[in-house]
Amino acid sequence: MGSRASTLLREEEIEEIKKETGFSHSQITRLYSRFTSLDKGENGTLSREDFQRIPELAINPLGDRIINAFFPEGEDQVNFRGFMRTLAHFRPIEDNEKNKDPTASEPLNSRTNKLLFAFRLYDLDRDDKISRDELLQVLRMMVGLNMFVSQVLRMMVGLNMFVSQVLRMMVGVNISDEQLGSIADRTIQEADQNGDNSISFNEFIKVLEKVDVEQKMSIRFLH
Amino acid sequence: MGWLLPFDNLLCMALGISFTVWFTSLLVFIIVPAILGVSFGIRKLYMNSLLKIFEWATLRMERGAKEKNQHLYKPYSNGIIAKEMSTLEQEIQELRSSSTTLSSEPEFEMADIMSFCRRGVESIVDDEVTKRFSAEELESWNLLTRSNYNFRHISLRLSVLWGLGLLIRYSFLLPLRITLAATGIGLLVVLTTIVGFLPSGRYKIHMMCYRICVRALTAIITYHNSENKPKNGGICVANHTTPIDVIILANDGCYSMVGQVHGGLIGVVQRAMVKSSPHIWFERSEVKDRHLVAKMLSNHVADKTNHPILIFPEGTCINNTSVMMFKKGSFEIGCTVYPVAIKYDPRFGDAFWNSGKFGMVSYLLRMMSSWAIVCSVWYLPPVNREEGEDAVQFANRVKAAIARQGGLVDLLWDGGLKRGKVKDTFREEQQKLYSKVLVGDQEDQAEDRPLEFSTLRGVVLVKTIS
Repeated sequence: MGSRASTLLREEEIEEIKKETGFSHSQITRLYSRFTSLDKGENGTLSREDFQRIPELAINPLGDRIINAFFPEGEDQVNFRGFMRTLAHFRPIEDNEKNKDPTASEPLNSRTNKLLFAFRLYDLDRDDKISRDELLQVLRMMVGLNMFVSQVLRMMVGLNMFVSQVLRMMVGVNISDEQLGSIADRTIQEADQNGDNSISFNEFIKVLEKVDVEQKMSIRFLH
Repeated sequence: MGWLLPFDNLLCMALGISFTVWFTSLLVFIIVPAILGVSFGIRKLYMNSLLKIFEWATLRMERGAKEKNQHLYKPYSNGIIAKEMSTLEQEIQELRSSSTTLSSEPEFEMADIMSFCRRGVESIVDDEVTKRFSAEELESWNLLTRSNYNFRHISLRLSVLWGLGLLIRYSFLLPLRITLAATGIGLLVVLTTIVGFLPSGRYKIHMMCYRICVRALTAIITYHNSENKPKNGGICVANHTTPIDVIILANDGCYSMVGQVHGGLIGVVQRAMVKSSPHIWFERSEVKDRHLVAKMLSNHVADKTNHPILIFPEGTCINNTSVMMFKKGSFEIGCTVYPVAIKYDPRFGDAFWNSGKFGMVSYLLRMMSSWAIVCSVWYLPPVNREEGEDAVQFANRVKAAIARQGGLVDLLWDGGLKRGKVKDTFREEQQKLYSKVLVGDQEDQAEDRPLEFSTLRGVVLVKTIS
């Protein structure tokens, strides 16, 4: 059985999603086909395991955090509406030009909402502040574990190998806890304006004002 | 009840006659030509007329959709999204280049998280691996329910045609094919048993049986570049889509198979095949022992009177849109490798065996109730391992050649990801890459191969320790 994309998704639902997210009809049907192909349990929702089955996501250092962003607070399943709502953050901004409706609420893919998405990747406890610990946690995820030189030397004693060869084989880059700590301190120092030793969302926006967020956080969906 | 009797006789007679006629025509038109290796060209005619009908069907559906002013579901053959071509490193470096000084202090930008984030979400929407393990989606409809996504746009005429197709496939083609398959396998077992009593030698019985099986599946095969056909004392490698690959290749030449010993019907067939020419069947316990496997393969190859060994280095069935990582075992033996590319035409019936979804029997029934199995086989020129090339590089070279010929995507990912999880070492590679950018390490630029996972020597070190 193939994925009966257009048959299981009703026209009314497609229209609702279109209004809420701004995706086109064909984009929604294709994304629904993708949703159903990821849904191995065939119960209309995705679990965290369904996401982790994607190899390219599993090797992404921030994979788990990204998966978390799809699931609403405290839930373990996400349905198609929720899936689309999260993906809508990554629509390019130019596409909004056609539907300029001043009375409508801010679209999901506005610059502010994109920044909010990135902010939430740092802010795990959702207290609207990035503390030093949260920053350190993310840094550690992106950088990986340490292997100190002494550990390496201990391992290679007993093997018939040259030191330089071994060192080249091993991790190759040490970023110690102290180094990460100083990175975190410096980052907070540069961003913090009200002196509470953490980064609020407005401070976050200020830090990233020169960054082309629209381009970095957009995916080019084909029609 | 007396009036039933003449009726009864008539019925028996009618059945008897039709059965005889049917079986004789079967014999004359299909089995005898198969034995002699002759073809009437009926299958090519069948294929061409089917194509015309499919085109008409798709046009009707498009017209129907336009009339109702609705959208026709088109599979994402060009992809759902257009991905960025730059590597992660390049993207992150761009952020840095805008700042002025090149300091030795680790430089962290809060915006770095965005690159990881976007790539992660891109892979959620469209990734290279998971879509290889399910059947390919078709552009046009081939009158099979199993590959239709536009149900609502079927007109009356189209439904009638579909119903007719269903009738033909299940009441005529399917029994025909099952009979043929049974005949083929039966003949194989019987004749090889007889041959077992004769003095030892090589008898080309299985060629005949494969030809009957090919007709049983209505397989229309085009062989290209037959001058490169594998010769004795070599290894033939091909991309793997379905167990039927074996029948398709063995139809055109004699090969020695490699595989696990099975029980049941397959076991009987395996034992029968061994009687007419040597094959390499492993016990389940021996499969794990890589040295034993390598040794048996080398021994077989060393004897120049043995047929070439047929191996599928991917290790599992892939859906014929790509070629995945080749396991290096068969490339370490050091003999000539004959690459073969097999590409199926999915319009007549998708040949991919999704072993998670269908068992062997239901898969064969699906195969026998689709229209036909149309494929092209390309024999590529033989290759040898070059100086200074290790087994993995050799395997990748052969894989690239096969992918290029068959028009398939060349992937470095392991087909084993169908069932297993990806190794943590790949994530560590990504982390290492980012660490290098953070620290500003300018030296080992040659070492950095962005997003390539072929040689991970760190893994080797860990293995020797444990």
